[in-house]
Amino acid sequence: MLDFAILTGIAAICLSMLLVLVRVLRGPTLPDRIVALDALYVNAIALIILLGISEADQIHFEAAILIALLGFAGTVALAKFALRRDVME
Amino acid sequence: MSAAMADYLLELLVSLTIVAGAGFTLVGSIGLLRLDDVFQRMHAPTKATTLGVGLILVASCLATWMTQREVSLHEVLVALLLFVSAPVSAYLVARVALQRRSNARDGVDGEDR
Repeated sequence: MLDFAILTGIAAICLSMLLVLVRVLRGPTLPDRIVALDALYVNAIALIILLGISEADQIHFEAAILIALLGFAGTVALAKFALRRDVME
Repeated sequence: MSAAMADYLLELLVSLTIVAGAGFTLVGSIGLLRLDDVFQRMHAPTKATTLGVGLILVASCLATWMTQREVSLHEVLVALLLFVSAPVSAYLVARVALQRRSNARDGVDGEDR
């Protein structure tokens, strides 16, 4: 039962990443793409944690924490660049 | 209640939480794809994906307890990081969208999208 639930979850999250990717490619404006990339890294965290549940080890959480930190930094950098045409002020 | 029954109920709970979390994530992405405006599109994933990831993290806590009988605190760290960073990035993206909208209204610049 747990294996089936994990498979269902992985399938749903892969589908949702595909939908987000469509929004990244279609735009139409820069803020849309930034929001979509933000959603994409959150989905990647969910996917990695599901893999961690299915394999029952702790190493996946390190990857999830890294993706959370770097994804946030990337979103902030993109937004600052779009605001001021400059990342550091 | 016997131990086997308790294990069965715990596994059922973990499975339901995983499916609910993945479902919320999917709903957030569908909202991101279907809504019409930048501000509406921001609303869909920033709430639904954090709720989805939150449920999956709860499922992970329960699954660690179920298989190894120990309390895992890594999930709390991931959840804390996400819940602190999501409003900040949403605020910054909203400022970008507002700036672009007011620039377009004043006819200031011909920026490339």
